[in-house]
Amino acid sequence: MKPAPFAYHRVHSVEAALERLHELGEEAKPIAGGQSLAPLMAFRLARPTALVDISRLAELAHLARVGDELRVGALTRHATVESGAAQCGEGFEVLSRSARFIGHGPIRRRGTFGGSLAHGDPSAEWCLLALALDAVVIARDRAGERAIDAGDFFTGYFSTALAPDELLVEVRFPRPRPHSSLKEFSRRRGDFALVGVAVALDLDRAGRCEDVRIAFGGVDDVPVRVAAAERLLEGEPAEADAFRAAAELCGAELGRGLGDEDGRLKRRLMVELSVEALGEASAGVPG
Amino acid sequence: MSDLHLIAITVNGEAHEVAVDSRRTLADVLRHDLRLTGTHLGCEHGVCGACTVLLDGSPVRSCLVFGVQADGMEVETVEGLADDGTLGPLQQAFSEEGGLQCGFCTPGFLMLGTALLREHPDPTEEEIDDLVAANLCRCTGYAGIRRALLKAARGGATEGWPEPARVEDPRLLTGGGRFVDDVDRAGQLWMRVVRADLAAAEIVEIDAEAARQMEGVVAVLDATSLPDGFVIPIRLGPYEGDLTPFLQPVLAGAEVRYVGEPVAVVVAEDPYVAEDAAERVVTRYAPREPLLDSAQHGAEPAVTLRRGFGDADAAFAAADLVVEVDVRVGRHSAVPLETRGLVADWDTQARHLTVWGATKVPHFNRGALARLLGLGAEEITIRASDAGGGFGVRGELYPEDVLVTWLAMRFERPVKWIEDRSEHLVATNHSREQSRRLEGAFREDGSLLAVRDRVRHDNGAYLRTHGLLVPEMTLGMLLGPYRVDGYDGEAQVFLTNKTPAGTYRAPGRYEATFARERLLDKAAAALGMDPIALRRRNLLKARELPHHRPVPVLGHEVVIDDADFAGLLAETLKESNWSGWKKEAAKLRGEGRAIGVGFAYFLEKSGGGGFETARIDVLADGRLRVSSGATSLGQGVETVLAEVVCRELDVARADVAVVAGDTDLVEAGGGSWASRSTVYAGSAAQKAAQELRALLLEVASELLEADARDLELGAGAVEVRGSPSSRISFAELAARSDALANGRHGRPPGLSVTATFTDAPMTYPYGVHLAQVEVDRRSGAVSVLRYHVGYDVGTAISPRQVEGQLVGGAAQGIGGALLEEFTYDELGQPQSTTFIDYLLPTAAEVPDVTLTLLERGRAKGNPLGAKGAGEGGTTACGAAIAAAVDDALQRPGAILELPITPTRVMRLLAGEE
Ligand SMILES: Cc1cc2nc3c(=O)[nH]c(=O)nc-3n(C[C@H](O)[C@H](O)[C@H](O)COP(=O)(O)OP(=O)(O)OC[C@H]3O[C@@H](n4cnc5c(N)ncnc54)[C@H](O)[C@@H]3O)c2cc1C
Ligand code: FES
Ligand code: FES
Repeated sequence: MKPAPFAYHRVHSVEAALERLHELGEEAKPIAGGQSLAPLMAFRLARPTALVDISRLAELAHLARVGDELRVGALTRHATVESGAAQCGEGFEVLSRSARFIGHGPIRRRGTFGGSLAHGDPSAEWCLLALALDAVVIARDRAGERAIDAGDFFTGYFSTALAPDELLVEVRFPRPRPHSSLKEFSRRRGDFALVGVAVALDLDRAGRCEDVRIAFGGVDDVPVRVAAAERLLEGEPAEADAFRAAAELCGAELGRGLGDEDGRLKRRLMVELSVEALGEASAGVPG
Repeated sequence: MSDLHLIAITVNGEAHEVAVDSRRTLADVLRHDLRLTGTHLGCEHGVCGACTVLLDGSPVRSCLVFGVQADGMEVETVEGLADDGTLGPLQQAFSEEGGLQCGFCTPGFLMLGTALLREHPDPTEEEIDDLVAANLCRCTGYAGIRRALLKAARGGATEGWPEPARVEDPRLLTGGGRFVDDVDRAGQLWMRVVRADLAAAEIVEIDAEAARQMEGVVAVLDATSLPDGFVIPIRLGPYEGDLTPFLQPVLAGAEVRYVGEPVAVVVAEDPYVAEDAAERVVTRYAPREPLLDSAQHGAEPAVTLRRGFGDADAAFAAADLVVEVDVRVGRHSAVPLETRGLVADWDTQARHLTVWGATKVPHFNRGALARLLGLGAEEITIRASDAGGGFGVRGELYPEDVLVTWLAMRFERPVKWIEDRSEHLVATNHSREQSRRLEGAFREDGSLLAVRDRVRHDNGAYLRTHGLLVPEMTLGMLLGPYRVDGYDGEAQVFLTNKTPAGTYRAPGRYEATFARERLLDKAAAALGMDPIALRRRNLLKARELPHHRPVPVLGHEVVIDDADFAGLLAETLKESNWSGWKKEAAKLRGEGRAIGVGFAYFLEKSGGGGFETARIDVLADGRLRVSSGATSLGQGVETVLAEVVCRELDVARADVAVVAGDTDLVEAGGGSWASRSTVYAGSAAQKAAQELRALLLEVASELLEADARDLELGAGAVEVRGSPSSRISFAELAARSDALANGRHGRPPGLSVTATFTDAPMTYPYGVHLAQVEVDRRSGAVSVLRYHVGYDVGTAISPRQVEGQLVGGAAQGIGGALLEEFTYDELGQPQSTTFIDYLLPTAAEVPDVTLTLLERGRAKGNPLGAKGAGEGGTTACGAAIAAAVDDALQRPGAILELPITPTRVMRLLAGEE
């Protein structure tokens, strides 16, 4: 389990990284925390001909509020978000709370936010939350920057809208979502979730749901939202019955494509986890 | 193609400049370039954490960092933790609290702990729990690791404690262990095995030309290059019938029978290049239909074993009630944290082959290799090394053992092979896969009259060294501690297109105990009896012992000599607060939770295998060196032997060194398996120590001119009783015994004795497992809330180690009951080839295991009175947890298959809706 050969390039600026990626061509890859890429290379499932090491680009390691918006630099470590509730500010508690589901301590201290999105594992916590919180991914190449809606970012199994010579530089969460939650199930502590769900909603004065987002991981090639269930909840009172109805709809919509035995388990998890997540989200930030 | 970079890194405060290829992991740079071998590799894909080091103070998995990425950074490894040889408080706490057994995972945990305590000198229990759950340990069951961290955090560890808890500990805690991958020989070549990627196929052609052309490749060889008759022999037998058609060739010739079967080998200058070349070897196959399930239509058993006694048919005809269960135990195995590996060095001039890494049965392996390689046994030395857990699978003679040694001779250069984790999961013995229909004939009062047992044993593609041991054992041990007058047992052994199977901790018994205890639970439910009352009725009573059962196991018929089955049960139930567990579960069920309790009784066996040899030498400085044919697999055998010798000869532990499993030091040995080390090696060491005592007294009596009867041993010296000024130290005795021997009394020079202990009958320890579990109805996941093992060990030489064995064994048993399974797709492609798919339990899945340890049934067949303790923590886990899940769901007899996965529980719950 030794990786195939590659050439290594360390860079000290985003510009240099982009130059390098461009010049090295399609078979080159950036490496950030290496917590997904290195195992893939050990199995030789990934065999980049060159690595551009961006792990030391301090300019991409920020975590800051700009007005309502939260900006997470691509190289911000999972552990920084986990302990960074204060930097995230009110309304983004769900990020810090969810970080603890990612692997284990040493993995969170090295793995990066941008790396997780760029890797695009369909059950990764950050991918689900990006979708549920309407994040915008900022990508840059030599020509300049573009913004990609999270909904357009994940294009297939472990693939994203990023071009080979493009870097993900930042993820923007446009507004606080105090009513949000992430729930997941894995058989063993620290593993990727078998099924995960992230939800976000607003409550009007009368306690009715607005702007509902329900995003699942582990049930399709990409993290997916269930628009029908979101619509169903729109304007409904934030109560258990409504949540269960929406959750059942999610199970029915997404469960269809799943095989028998494991499908039954996943459907059940989708329903139960989303009921819980909706309940927790509507109760608001704990404490 | 290589891409070299000159990097500067500081390791443990020392600056280094190293030229590294960019693909070299930091772990390999530390281990092989800087020769800091304390950092271990257990998976190379980020899951186990054995490779954890601190990078600029932060813990990282060094297998996921390329060395070149660490340029300019500071690395800390386990070697830096002990200040000039004195253990630090954290290391000390690991020793004191049983935080390590084989020590392979230990450096990783120590580095995590060091970082945590540095950042949070007073961590919460939750932080400690998170930390322990971050890395894998296969030996300890995590309890000792958790205790050690707590102790170090709360300042309880004794710094610079003079006596570590085990002889093995100081080296293992400082990175000084010598595991096989720590052995590098000058000029060595690396072997890489090319493995079959189809489950069943004829080999049409192997094209190795491209691989041969690669720079750094010395050779690529397939079966056509090997001598005839290169086949893995059976170690344990004998059996009726010819088993040769079922034996595994060292390299596949005409056909392959499982994914992972060796078809060719690459020999190269470097492991990275060897792997590159192996990828370029192209094998063309003509695929065949694989046999993957013994129940598949048309499947024929290779061998059928029958065992039995009494008139079972008559008992069934006369029974008030016949109960049957159809049960299945999933394929899983030992999966030690260190993979296998071997280094062989052939000295052409001296005609001598030295081998490192085959730890378990070195003397058998030496003999088998000698036969295959055409050498005399005396021309081969197998060196002792540390091993990162064995549990049955490590150190058997595998195809790779033959390949590495043969290649070393052929190329006249040292050859090294280190199995990687993905290989391990398809190449090293699997175990456990059995289905059986078990029927019991009962009287209305719950008495078990007879048992009919029909086993389908899936042994994978070949019979390896264990031959038919597991199916034989599963029949022989099925009846457990119960009185049964009629037994009719049959095991059909199927060879399927999957990895060959062998023994794993409690082989045959884990499976049999699951089946039998499920049957008894079902019978209790059918009779409306309390399951424990039903067991009590059937347990053998003291007055019925010794109990002879005419079914052979390892060539001995079962004789249960001394036991207090009912007494152990009563005591275990009391000490565990079983009735409290039951009440609590019932109360919580009332609140809507699915919680239940379950229990299982088991009979184990230990020992077996004829003899063991021990040798004790008095060294020039007066210290003692104990050598044994037993091997060190993390079970603490060195400590046990030292303990026995210290007791006999009244010397300090620091003055005893133990070498386990070096074939040069002891002429013959049985090795370490079947929980036999304490029984055999311990007894042999005791015998040697007694003989040495006599020798020391005799020599001293001449030198002190005193009657031997007036002498006594104390503190490494012999003195005249009551006159301490007339004393002579062991060192002096050693120095003078040479001269003394010169012509006087014809005694050979030196102070050295070798003793062999022979023919201890098998001993039968026994015990009870209790479990309390919760089923999560949303997911079907089962979590174990409480676990208790009651065990009668005869005599515990080292009670702390017995506890460690039981707790660690329970963690493995729980893994097999809930998480671990080798699965295959419909083409026979293995689906569990990484640590992401093969789920070893972390600390979060293993509860605190509590114990009731009795020393009641002293074994009669060995002077120590010891029964082994290696397996009893594992034997009944499947059975006890299944019973608890039944209870949690309030569905007696529902669980018939292991592991109890969420998918399987969901299937049951779906039936409920
Ligand atoms: C044992 C284990 C358990 C884990 N459990 C979880 C879990 O439960 N949940 C979870 O979400 N993750 C888990 N992970 C993965 C971890 O979170 C990774 O850190 C993350 O997925 C990738 O981040 P990285 O910085 O390590 O990226 P890398 O591994 O460096 O890169 C991943 C991919 O993204 C690309 N990339 C990285 N950064 C950029 C960028 N800025 N722009 C463009 N492309 C980029 C790389 O080229 C590569 O293709 C686990 C990992 C391990 C080893
Ligand atoms: S995590 Fe690195 S070797 Fe297992
Ligand atoms: S002591 Fe942890 S793996 Fe052996």
